[in-house]
Amino acid sequence: MKPIDSETKHTWNVYQKDIANDNFYYARSCIRQNFFPASEHMFLHILRNVLGKHVYDDPNHTTCTGIGYHSDIVPFETIQTVVARHFSLMTEAGLENIAISCVTSFGIYTEILDTWHHFPEQLEQTREFLYKATKREFNLPKTIAHTSDIIYKFRHEIAEKSTYSLVNIETGNPLQAVEHIGCHYAKMFPNKGIGGAEFPQVLSGMIQAWGGNVVDYPERRHCCGFGFRNYLVQANRGYSISNTQKKLESMKPYNPDFILTNCPGCAMFIDKWQYTISEMEGKTYDAHGYGIPVLTYEELAGLVLGINPWDLGLQIHQIQSDRLLQKIGIPYDSTMKYTDSKGNALPKPNVPTYILQ
Amino acid sequence: MEIDYCAELEKDVRFTEGLKACLQCGICCAICPAAEFYNYDPRTIVTTVQQGDNHQIEELLKSETIWYCGQCMSCKTRCPRGNTPGFVIQALRKLSQQYGFFTQSEKGRQQYAIKKTVGENVLNKGYCVHPDLVAYDMHPEQGPIWDWVQQNKEAVYERLGANLNKEGVGALRKIHKKNLDELAAIFEVTGGSRLYEIIEEESEKQAQRMQLGFSKTADNEYFNHVYTYNSNTHFES
Ligand code: SF4
Ligand code: SF4
Repeated sequence: MKPIDSETKHTWNVYQKDIANDNFYYARSCIRQNFFPASEHMFLHILRNVLGKHVYDDPNHTTCTGIGYHSDIVPFETIQTVVARHFSLMTEAGLENIAISCVTSFGIYTEILDTWHHFPEQLEQTREFLYKATKREFNLPKTIAHTSDIIYKFRHEIAEKSTYSLVNIETGNPLQAVEHIGCHYAKMFPNKGIGGAEFPQVLSGMIQAWGGNVVDYPERRHCCGFGFRNYLVQANRGYSISNTQKKLESMKPYNPDFILTNCPGCAMFIDKWQYTISEMEGKTYDAHGYGIPVLTYEELAGLVLGINPWDLGLQIHQIQSDRLLQKIGIPYDSTMKYTDSKGNALPKPNVPTYILQ
Repeated sequence: MEIDYCAELEKDVRFTEGLKACLQCGICCAICPAAEFYNYDPRTIVTTVQQGDNHQIEELLKSETIWYCGQCMSCKTRCPRGNTPGFVIQALRKLSQQYGFFTQSEKGRQQYAIKKTVGENVLNKGYCVHPDLVAYDMHPEQGPIWDWVQQNKEAVYERLGANLNKEGVGALRKIHKKNLDELAAIFEVTGGSRLYEIIEEESEKQAQRMQLGFSKTADNEYFNHVYTYNSNTHFES
């Protein structure tokens, strides 16, 4: 099937958003710290050591409670006040640009700032709640960005420093990528995302800047199926896997080399549900039985920058990226995949029934 | 005295933001991931609430229907009238819990499982999700690679630049007690703790009605039931 390169269409060139150039307060993501700890680490490494930026990593920062809020066990008043506490920590650190690494949190911060704009009494109430609970005060941030916005902003600088490009070394053709953007990145507040909700540029801009091609697939904007309570409770997980399967079926005909996501939940689900579908139905979504690797934007940036794939944590995805590394021409040492920080071998993981490793 | 649910809903800013006037176009149903896999239709919810019949709203608060939405908020982008059925759902779920109706539906009862896992994790660890919580036996879909991460937790997280359960900065660092105390104080002042109590109290009553074992810890019969039971009546093709 001929890939449709949607990025050449005029609408995809429209984007807007004020992203700070430097001095960020880092708001970490619970899900990423669990499932993509190396991406959390690499964001800091790329910003600080590759791009020379200042990012403050605060030990006092906690969960925003977002997963609880969107599964309705945390009241709106509570999450507003927890977010206000994060603003207070940011204010205390002398910073005014917040870099949020979770799409759920990002959506929550944007929702709360929008609420405070339209309902100033909610802001006042939150200030009172926070002061009463912690004696803290806070300033509002001057800019708010998702961490993928920041990598997008510096995509050309990253390309200039890169060792590899997203080109198949055997064919000389750009790699074919599909992207999936977390619903809460821009579906609630389109003007807070680069390119809005319908034509977001944030991930496709990175792929193109680093030499790849982005394929438009019909279910590109469909939810990954996390659905909060629909994954958190075991009895509901059919919803989650069914929605992911809908997306996988839609992208399969285009034979993508990889899937790029900017949401921690989506990255985890699209990876892990490929495994579950294979165990349930014996089905895989690439032609050779390996599945389609799902990457975070730091993992992709790290690969083009020549960072060791095992420092990026690619080995803790269920769909392994070895074939992708071979296509790009990245050398790797398989014996170092499952080791500790000193290079000592750890016992190997079990292998799935169908997905080749 | 009868509760005026419309007046209660109007107090929730998410409700006033989420419902202007529905023109019944059905676009939200076409793109809704919940409508695709459940007997669910966001337009019907919006219509019922817009009509303002107190009895019908109470039925909704007791129903399975309000618990299907995945809060993806895709409906917010697409609604030509600027409604957000997902926000309306949030306001309805709040009332369903506030008035103890949530235990009357299979899907509503699951709030107890979420409170026991994510809810308690927030206050005990300072994270919504933590490797200690995502146990492989409760999450077999995470595959053998997650089993491997769990088996080699310390070594793997250290290898990947995290700081699991230790002092200082970094991914999965131990959240200091003073920060957990601030979180707990926020929950106390803003009604978060009260909601946890309501979920516990109403769930305990429901466990008695269903004659299932209940205890303070999540290791009980009622938890296992609400976490795993699916009557398979939620989708008709
Ligand atoms: S927020 Fe709920 S109602 Fe709206 S599209 Fe998503 S699942 Fe459907
Ligand atoms: S998309 Fe909006 S106007 Fe159309 S049915 Fe749904 S809520 Fe009503």
